[in-house]
Amino acid sequence: MPSTAENILNSAVRKARSISRDIHDASKIINDIFFWSFISPLKGKPLRFRASINEMVKAGYNSVPIVAVISFFIGIILAFQAAYQLKRVGALIYVANLVGVSITRELGPIITAIIVSGRSGSAFAAEIGSMKAAEEVDALISMGINPVRFIVVPKLIALMVMVPALTIFSDFIGILGGFVLSVTILEIHPVNYFLQTVNALLVKDVMTGLIKAWAFGIVITTVGAYQGFKVTGGAEEVGRRTTAAVVASIFLVIVFDLFFTTMFYYFT
Amino acid sequence: MENAIQVTGLVARYGDREILKDISFFIPRGMTTVILGGSGCGKSTLLKHLIGLLKPTQGQIKINGKNIAALNENELNEVRKKMGILFQGAALLNSMTIADNVALPMREHTRLEETTIQIMVRMKLDLVGLSGFEEFYPSQLSGGMKKRAGLARAIALDPELLFFDEPSAGLDPITAAGLDELILKLRNVFKMTIIVVTHELPSVFTIADYVIMLDAGEIIFSGTLDELRASVHPRIKMFLERQPEQETYSPEDYFRIIAGE
Ligand SMILES: Nc1ncnc2c1ncn2[C@@H]1O[C@H](COP(=O)(O)OP(=O)(O)O)[C@@H](O)[C@H]1O
Ligand SMILES: [Mg+2]
Repeated sequence: MPSTAENILNSAVRKARSISRDIHDASKIINDIFFWSFISPLKGKPLRFRASINEMVKAGYNSVPIVAVISFFIGIILAFQAAYQLKRVGALIYVANLVGVSITRELGPIITAIIVSGRSGSAFAAEIGSMKAAEEVDALISMGINPVRFIVVPKLIALMVMVPALTIFSDFIGILGGFVLSVTILEIHPVNYFLQTVNALLVKDVMTGLIKAWAFGIVITTVGAYQGFKVTGGAEEVGRRTTAAVVASIFLVIVFDLFFTTMFYYFT
Repeated sequence: MENAIQVTGLVARYGDREILKDISFFIPRGMTTVILGGSGCGKSTLLKHLIGLLKPTQGQIKINGKNIAALNENELNEVRKKMGILFQGAALLNSMTIADNVALPMREHTRLEETTIQIMVRMKLDLVGLSGFEEFYPSQLSGGMKKRAGLARAIALDPELLFFDEPSAGLDPITAAGLDELILKLRNVFKMTIIVVTHELPSVFTIADYVIMLDAGEIIFSGTLDELRASVHPRIKMFLERQPEQETYSPEDYFRIIAGE
């Protein structure tokens, strides 16, 4: 019987080994993704445009309804919550500022990223994972086709375009939600609300939101691909990896959001 | 006999588990070589080494005189263009039609006109008896048809070397016999070097020119069919006469065998 101390030491060593392997795998996949997305096209290896368009439709166009509904509701909720405070100080018109700025700077990008994590992050992990389990990834490699270039890069291009695009859409619908609530229940004059929003919003607010959205697209693709390529077994592992992909990408989206928000706070 | 592949001192491990234990053999050119062995003895692992999907822990794998264990990814891709592989489950890309699957290697590695590619795809599909299934998706085909489609893709670039992993596994005897016939045709008509990994005896006696037998990660036989029949090695006789064996696996090994392939 090994002693308890020995047991603990052994499991610590095993844990450390598996963590270092995870880090190695993750950095390899990040490296590959960047090489095949940004470096190899410069060397004349074309990107798969048709596949990218396909992915854009799946990841972007098909998320439009859900992004619209959620953004609209969030706009309304935000206006209500703002009014709750601002009414007391008689500054109800500032609902427009609060809704406009917090949607464009924060909520538009984050809502979009969470929806895309749930829809596309999981789909990427599931697709790549089942390709791995069915030896399709091996088949690609054996045909001399890099699986990252073939499978991941079109998804990355799609999300780098579609997450910002959906964010613009979400910003617009969210502000519309706030507007609808304000001109009806809060009885703010539509023209006043509109002018107040236009005055409150700076190009900077929208731009920082879009930069975040672009980074979130990269995060979601990378996490989905990482989890997908980690699959070595069969179907039940695909399920586990899919769940892990969603959890990890939402987590990392928030971490990156914190990072960017801090940066923008000090440097813009 | 000229050798297409020469393996020397190959050791393969998954983690701490040694799957292939210092094996050496050669595969003759222009013939069908069957690598025979029971489930879990390391056949797929060996195949993955031969096609450069796995790097050996130790040893050399020379294909046309080049040690593929020492090549980088780009050089390896050049070697791979001369190889075709039919995986155990066909491994067709499920998101593409059969025609696009077969066209994929041509689109990636040649500068052929799209019309030429279309014609070649039709020729390959015709060869494997799948004319008319161009626009089907893999999920719409039966197991035997998938394997045929996988074969059409494997021969898309007219490879010198053609690998099969358990071609008849999971197929009914008639479909399996059809696939064996195709393998014979490819060797006779196209003079390809064919390597088949299998545990199915009937197809071994139909297609093999040369047999290598693997048992528990070691080579226990290599030679012609007649030599195989004449062998007095107890494990080979057990295999040929389909005798059950005493359970000699450790519990972990046994678990792995029933959990994997
Ligand atoms: N990726 C892997 N990681 C760890 N063990 C593996 C892996 N693939 C196969 N094995 C194990 O290696 C042994 C040989 O597997 P394999 O080459 O697939 O056998 P075969 O194809 O002859 O049935 C089996 O015991 C299997 O469980
Ligand atoms: Mg196998």
